[in-house]
Amino acid sequence: MNFLKLAKLFSVALIMATAANAENVLRWTSQGDALTMDPHSQNESPTIAFNGQIYEALVARDIEMNLVPELAESWTASPDGWTFKLRQGVTFHDGADFTAEDVVFSFNRALEESSDYKEQVKTVAKVEVIDDFTIKLVTDGANPILPNTLTNVYIMDSGWAKANGVERPQDFAAEEETFSVRNSNGTGPFMLTSRAPEELSVLTRNPNWWGNSMFPGNVDRIEYRPIKNAATRVAALLSGEVDFVLDAPLQDLKRIEATDGLTTKTVAQVRSIFFGMDQGVDELRSSNIKGKNPFRDIRVREAFNLAIDKDAIQRVVMDGLSFPTGIITPPGVLGNTPELDKQYGFDLGKAKSLMEQAGYADGFEIQLDCPNNRYNNDEKICQAAVAMLAKIGVKVNLDAIPKAQHFPKIQKRISDFYMLGWGVSTLDSHYVFSYLFDGEGSWNGIGYNNARVNEITKLIETETDIPKRTALIDEAWQIIKKEMPYLPIHHQVLGWSMKDNVDVPIAADDHLRPRYVVFK
Amino acid sequence: MMAPLLLEGSMFYFILNRLAQALLVMAVVSAISFSLFNFVGDPVNNMVGQDATREQRIEIRQQLGLDDPILVQYQRFMLNVAQGDFGLSYRIKQPVSQLILERLPATLELVFASAVIAVLIGIVLGVYTGIRRYSWVSKIIMSVSLIGVSLPTFIIGIGLIYLFAVHLRWLPSSGRAGVIELGGWKTSLLTIDGWRSIILPAVTLSLFQLTMILRLVRAEMLEVMRSDYIKFARARGLANRAIHFGHALRNTLVPVITIIGLNIGGLIAYSVITETVFQWPGTGLMFIQAVDFVDVPIMAAYLIFVALLFVVINLIVDILYFVVDPRIRRGGS
Repeated sequence: MNFLKLAKLFSVALIMATAANAENVLRWTSQGDALTMDPHSQNESPTIAFNGQIYEALVARDIEMNLVPELAESWTASPDGWTFKLRQGVTFHDGADFTAEDVVFSFNRALEESSDYKEQVKTVAKVEVIDDFTIKLVTDGANPILPNTLTNVYIMDSGWAKANGVERPQDFAAEEETFSVRNSNGTGPFMLTSRAPEELSVLTRNPNWWGNSMFPGNVDRIEYRPIKNAATRVAALLSGEVDFVLDAPLQDLKRIEATDGLTTKTVAQVRSIFFGMDQGVDELRSSNIKGKNPFRDIRVREAFNLAIDKDAIQRVVMDGLSFPTGIITPPGVLGNTPELDKQYGFDLGKAKSLMEQAGYADGFEIQLDCPNNRYNNDEKICQAAVAMLAKIGVKVNLDAIPKAQHFPKIQKRISDFYMLGWGVSTLDSHYVFSYLFDGEGSWNGIGYNNARVNEITKLIETETDIPKRTALIDEAWQIIKKEMPYLPIHHQVLGWSMKDNVDVPIAADDHLRPRYVVFK
Repeated sequence: MMAPLLLEGSMFYFILNRLAQALLVMAVVSAISFSLFNFVGDPVNNMVGQDATREQRIEIRQQLGLDDPILVQYQRFMLNVAQGDFGLSYRIKQPVSQLILERLPATLELVFASAVIAVLIGIVLGVYTGIRRYSWVSKIIMSVSLIGVSLPTFIIGIGLIYLFAVHLRWLPSSGRAGVIELGGWKTSLLTIDGWRSIILPAVTLSLFQLTMILRLVRAEMLEVMRSDYIKFARARGLANRAIHFGHALRNTLVPVITIIGLNIGGLIAYSVITETVFQWPGTGLMFIQAVDFVDVPIMAAYLIFVALLFVVINLIVDILYFVVDPRIRRGGS
C-alpha cells in the first residue's frame, strides 16, 4: 500500500517535472489558505476566491466587477422572482452533466441550518424547475438585486454530494470532518489535483471547461502556497520562487516596483474605513462627560469630522495608497456619486468653534477602540486621529487590540468610538444600509436610528423600478451625509505584485481570477 | 541485593513520585491556559461571515457552549480529553488530534535538525574556546555568539532568508519541500529538496541553543581544567587529547545534558516563531494561526501537548540524574 502510494507520488512528480517546461504554471502566494473546499461552509473571502476557481455560480463578476453569465446564460426578473436560463453542455469535473436539478440541490444546501450562505439566499422561498435548463428562484415579493447576491453561491453536483454523504454543509458541533472539506467537484476552469492545507494546493486546467475559448487566460496549472509572514511572502517573490503575491504590504510596493522583472498593480478596494460614534446611549462609558452623550450633538460629530485631516492620513500614514472619502461606500457600488464621495474637508477653526457652541470648549475625554491586525495601517490611522483630535481639546485614549477582541466590542455595543471597515459584496447600497444604518442592523454599533433611512432600507428591498430605486438610495445617502452618524476616512487600496512576464488583472474584491491571467 | 520496590530511595518510588507531580503540573497548566482563552477574544466573529445575523451568532455561541462559565467549559473540555476527544477546529473544522498528528512530524524533524546542529557545533566550539581561551579565534567566536543570544529569532530568520534565498539564491526562502510519506510519517529528510528547505529554519532555531551550549561547555571546561585531577592527569603525562576529551569534557557533561534536555522542550516552544517566519508546516505555525482565529480547541490541545512534552522531558532528565548521580539515590542526605 505504502509502496504503491510512493510509486504514485513519484510518477506524479515525474509527470509534473516533464510537463513543467511546456506549461504555463502560475505559482502564487497569499497570507491565508482557504479554510475548506466545501462551497457552502465558510463565507470568508479567501475561501470564496479559492473555491471560485473550482466551482461556479449562476452569475459571476468580471475583473471590472460587472455581473456576467456563468452557469446561467441569461436571467429575467418577474414580480415573484427571477428566471435563469442555464448553460447547456456543461459537465462537472467527474464527468457528470450539469442540470437544473443540481441548481435546486445547491440552493437547498445553501439554505441549510449549517450553511454560512443563508443570508445571501434567504429571500429565495423555493427553486422551481421549469425544464432541464430553466429554473426559477421564487422570492417572497420582488427582489431587484437577487443576482448580485448569488455570485458566491456555488453549484455542486447533487449526485456527487449524495454519493459522498455531503448533502449538508458541516456544522460546528460535528464530530468528524466531512468529505467535502478536502475534496471538490465543480464545473469551473480548474480542477483540484492535490491539496495539503496550509502547504501546497495544485490545480490543473479543466480541458472540458465551457469557457476555454471565451476567456484570455492561458494558465495550465496553478500552484498555491500560503505564506503567513509578510516579509517572507515578499522574499518569495524577490527570489523568484513565486510569480504572484496577492497581499504584499503596501509599504513594500514601491520597492517591488523598483526591482527588475517585477511589477505591481493597485486598485481601489470595495472597502471603506471609518469611525463609529455611539449616539444610542444616554451617557458614554469612557467619557468624563456625565449625564449626557456629546455624540448626540451634531455639532460635536461635525467638529470631529472637520478635525480629522484625511489628506494628511493619506499622505503620511498610507503612503498615498488610499482614497479619502465622505461616504462609507466606494465607487463602483450603486449609490456612490462623486458628490457624495467628496470628503468633509479639514477646518480646525470651524471645528473648534463648533465644539465651543456645543458647550465643549475645553473638549472632553473618550476612548477610541481600534483593531491592530485587520485593515491597512489600522493602528497608525487611529494614532493619527488621536493627535488630530487633541487639537480641538479632545483627549482620546487609544485601545488598539487584535480583531478577535475588537469586533466583539462593536457586536456587544460596548464601544463609544471605534474603527470599522465595510466591504460591499453585492455592490449595492442596500448592503450598507441594512447592516450599518438600519436601526436593527447587526453592525450598527452607534445606535443610529433614522425613520426615513429605515424605511428606505425596506423599500429598496422590493422596488424594481430602477431609476426610482436609485433615487431612494440617493435620498438616504443625502440624509446620512447631513447627519454624519459615522466619520468616513477613506477607501482602501489593494496592491498586487507579480513578475512582469505574467499579466494578472487586479480586481477590486481581492479575488484572483485565473481565467483572465495571461503569460506573455 | 534487590531493594523493595516501594522503599524510599528506590527507582520505582522515585518515578512514581515524579509522575504524581507531573500529573499535577499538567492539570494546573491546562486550567491556567484555559482560563486565559477568555482574554484572546471571541471566535464567533471569525466563524461566520460579516453578513451573519445576530440570531445566527447567538445560535453558534450556544452550540459551542461559549456562554457557559469558564469552569463549566473547562470541565467539559477535560471530560472530552479524558476520552481522547480534543474536538473539532473552529477554523477548518477538522479533528484537532488528527491535525496535530499531521503537523507533528514537521516540527519534530525541525527540532531534531536544530538540536543536532546546536549540540555538535556548540560542544566543539565550547571545548575549543575553553581550552584556547586567549586565542583570537576564540574571541571572535565569543563575540559572534553574543549576537546569537541577543538578536530575536524573527530578525535572524528574515536576515538569513534575504541573504541565502533572495540575494544568493542558494536555498528556498520558505516552506517544506520534498516531502515523502513513509509508513504514515511524512518526512522531508530523505530528499535533497527537503534538506535544502530545512537548513535555514533549523539554523535559525538552533542559534540560541547553540550559543547557550557553547557558553556552558566553555565555562565548565574552564572550571574543570583548573581542578586537581586534571593537574594530576597532566602530571601522569597523559596526552592533551585524552585529558581534554576523556577527562575534562566527560565531567562537564552532566549540566550540559540537563540543559540540552530541558532545551529540547524550549526548541519546540520557540519553533512557533521560526515556523511562522519560514512557513514551516508544523504545530507552531498551526498554533499561531489558531491564536489569530481564537481557535480554542487547537490552542488548548497544543498547550496541553507542550506541557506534556516538558513534563516527559523533565522526567527523563530526572531519571538520567538518578542513574548518573549516586547522591540523588540516597535522597539528598
